[in-house]
Amino acid sequence: MIPVLSVRGLKVSFHTDQGRATVLDDVSLTLERGRVLGVVGESGCGKSTLIRTILGILPDAARVEAGAVVFEGENLLVFSEQELNQRVRGSRIGFIPQDPLLSLNPVFKVGSQLLEIMRDHAPPGTKRRDHIKRLIELLRRLQVPDPDTALERYPHQFSGGQRQRLLIAAALACSPGLVIADEPTTALDVTTQHEILLLLRELVDEFDISLLFVTHDLGVVAEVCDTVCVIYAGQTVEAGLVGAVLQTPTHPYTQALLACHPERSTHFVGIPGNVPSTLRMPPGCRFAPRCGYVEPVCSMALPESLQATSGASVRCIRAA
Amino acid sequence: MSSAPILELRDLSVRLGGSRRWFGKSVAPTVAVKGVSLSIHPGEVLALVGESGSGKTTLGRTILGLQPETSGDIVLDGRAVGGLSPREARKVRTAIQYVHQDAAAALDPWWSIGATLREGLLIHGVASAQVRAAKVDAMLVSVGLEPDAGRRYPHEFSGGQLRRIGLARILLLQPRLLILDEPTSGLDMSVQATVLNLLLDLRREFGLTYLFISHDLSVVQRLSDRVAIMLRGQIVECAPTAEIFQRPSHPYTMSLLASAPRLDRRPSAQQPQPQGVSGATAN
Amino acid sequence: MSPILRKLSRDLPAMLGLALVVIVVLIAIVGPWIAPYPGDVTASHLARRLKPPTGSFPFGTDNLGRDILSRVILGARGALTVAFSVVALSMAIGIPLGLVAGYRAGFVSELIMRVTDVVLAIPQLILALALAQLMSPSLESAMLALSLTYWPFFTRIVFAEARRLSNSVFVDALRGLGMGSARIVFLHILPNAASPIIVRATIGLGFTILTAAVLGFLGMGATPPAPDWGLTIAQSRIYLPGAWWYALFPGLAILLTVMGFNLLGDGLRDLVDPRLRRSR
Repeated sequence: MIPVLSVRGLKVSFHTDQGRATVLDDVSLTLERGRVLGVVGESGCGKSTLIRTILGILPDAARVEAGAVVFEGENLLVFSEQELNQRVRGSRIGFIPQDPLLSLNPVFKVGSQLLEIMRDHAPPGTKRRDHIKRLIELLRRLQVPDPDTALERYPHQFSGGQRQRLLIAAALACSPGLVIADEPTTALDVTTQHEILLLLRELVDEFDISLLFVTHDLGVVAEVCDTVCVIYAGQTVEAGLVGAVLQTPTHPYTQALLACHPERSTHFVGIPGNVPSTLRMPPGCRFAPRCGYVEPVCSMALPESLQATSGASVRCIRAA
Repeated sequence: MSSAPILELRDLSVRLGGSRRWFGKSVAPTVAVKGVSLSIHPGEVLALVGESGSGKTTLGRTILGLQPETSGDIVLDGRAVGGLSPREARKVRTAIQYVHQDAAAALDPWWSIGATLREGLLIHGVASAQVRAAKVDAMLVSVGLEPDAGRRYPHEFSGGQLRRIGLARILLLQPRLLILDEPTSGLDMSVQATVLNLLLDLRREFGLTYLFISHDLSVVQRLSDRVAIMLRGQIVECAPTAEIFQRPSHPYTMSLLASAPRLDRRPSAQQPQPQGVSGATAN
Repeated sequence: MSPILRKLSRDLPAMLGLALVVIVVLIAIVGPWIAPYPGDVTASHLARRLKPPTGSFPFGTDNLGRDILSRVILGARGALTVAFSVVALSMAIGIPLGLVAGYRAGFVSELIMRVTDVVLAIPQLILALALAQLMSPSLESAMLALSLTYWPFFTRIVFAEARRLSNSVFVDALRGLGMGSARIVFLHILPNAASPIIVRATIGLGFTILTAAVLGFLGMGATPPAPDWGLTIAQSRIYLPGAWWYALFPGLAILLTVMGFNLLGDGLRDLVDPRLRRSR
């Protein structure tokens, strides 16, 4: 069974005033059908760039230098902008953005914004009437209050959690097989976050959707994901089943990150040092300067990502 | 720890917004804080926990003085300091200072940080320019920066340094109670420890008391001595930290604790749904 | 300042604008010393009237035999004096009003902004006409008319900036420190509002020169025998198209000066950014 999404050896750089910044360098991940993959990393690790590359919305200053993004057997990187818009975005890949307040235009009614998405991405021949019916059904399923009149209201008339449900409806409107969620609960209160995470899990099971869930919160990963991929300084450092990675992490960064979590320590534990700048990456392992197990050979050559038969991978010589 | 509280709030209420128009509809003000009574003891860390719309931010700003209260008493070190305009309140309640969530945004980008820090002392009544300069240089060193950092501008510093500069500015005024507004919000886990350890060190060194506004229960659990839970303008529960987390009594507290994502939780359907207390904050 | 200049130097149109402005300013300053016939402000030499451009009179002569090159050079001083005076006066009126209106919402703020709206509706030239009637046509009446109609532009910009900055986190922090409003407004809000003010002022200089030239052309500004560019063009009308040089060179002077200020103003728009301030 081929995975829904397979990113292989992705390398993306940006042109900046101070030179060429390599934001992603050899990122690989696999998402199986009907599963939830968590992409975890701290700020600056390249998560947003990864999503933009998959969706094909990188800014002009960015360049994909290597790698492939294979979605349902096709490499999206070779698609033209028009092909992506007409055949992929919305209809086959849905997107749930981070901040619902910033993603909805405050001067237009919610209905007109959602209908615009359907008009652009729904199969040709479907009518506006059908779109409206579908949206109302979705809103009902997503437990948005008063779904019949919801489309006539403005974004500010909804609470944060309700707005996020609207955006989920927008993502699912054209029944895509893959949904990419970019930190969809970061801007929400903790009780609302819990509801939305449960909802997403239900939708994945009910509609057989494959979900790529980007977050910085390991607790969220534990709650909603099946597999997880940890990114540090633009590279995948560990990947595997959620249970295995969170209980018995192999890569020192994953271990250090988990050690910071309040459930694993009573004191305030951090990771000393800083993430290396994308302009000046250290030779060899990127985490070496901060790693508790560092050896001289770590700084000399970049470790390869070692794959296990189960599909798990670790980028560290200690795993060999 | 002395027993007399540093700060006491008695039946404090704050109404916000609302407008009266001659034509068209008047808008009724919302009650952001409803009958809150609270005591903060010297040296303690009291956490104020609530979700958006709970009134925790408004309560923080009312204690600070920039938000006038509608009714109730505010007693600082035994003196009544309520019923004042923002400007007067800030002059009287200088023992209370506020640490903004976004340290970078809290600094004037056109002023060098040295000038910014010295200005605080000037407002505070330190008349001699030499004394101001000396104090600022000393404070910069004690928060871990070089003394000549004072000539640089905010955009030349990293986020962590800016946080320390913001704290330096306030510490120069010799406060006793600091209101910390979501100090770890938006920070990566690996960085939170630095901030929190710094706050604990400063508390020890300067004998401070903290009112810690946050929605992050995990930080609250490890940092605070007591926790006050706010819901829709009222404090629904206030107890020592251990008690709140192990034997919560109010249903809302329980739902908050149940909602926090846990590493060791099994995903999906087996989780009990929290009772819906959220979702009521649309305009 | 040098990072600003360095960034400006990458913007070619802005550099061109800067060059033009610098040239015009220099000409205005040293005009009487570099003009070949400085006496031609008032003198008249009918023997050499309406001569086309030649070696000794590169811009030709006018109907009174005066050297047009000299008059154009000498006219720069008048043009810039008007421009700077008008803009300065407009700023003096408009900026404080904008600060007061923007800093605190309320009745005073509304009052100021509504007055601003009304004044904005007054056409500049009509007001200049009216004032010219009242005060008798002169450069002073033109300058007054232009100032009284230009200050609202500054008020609007400053109002928007002051309103935005008044709600900013750092101003909130300053209030938290117990700082008074006057100090906040003049030492903290005003510097941060400088960028749009400078842009508007620069473009205003060009705009004022143009409008002053129009007023001069209509006879409501400078009076003969002043070497005012607009006035010169007006005087040249009856001699067109034969004596084309009479209108062309003052016209070019106006064009290049106004263009210079506009290009410079546009270039400054992106530039004056606090993040370019660096410690020495």
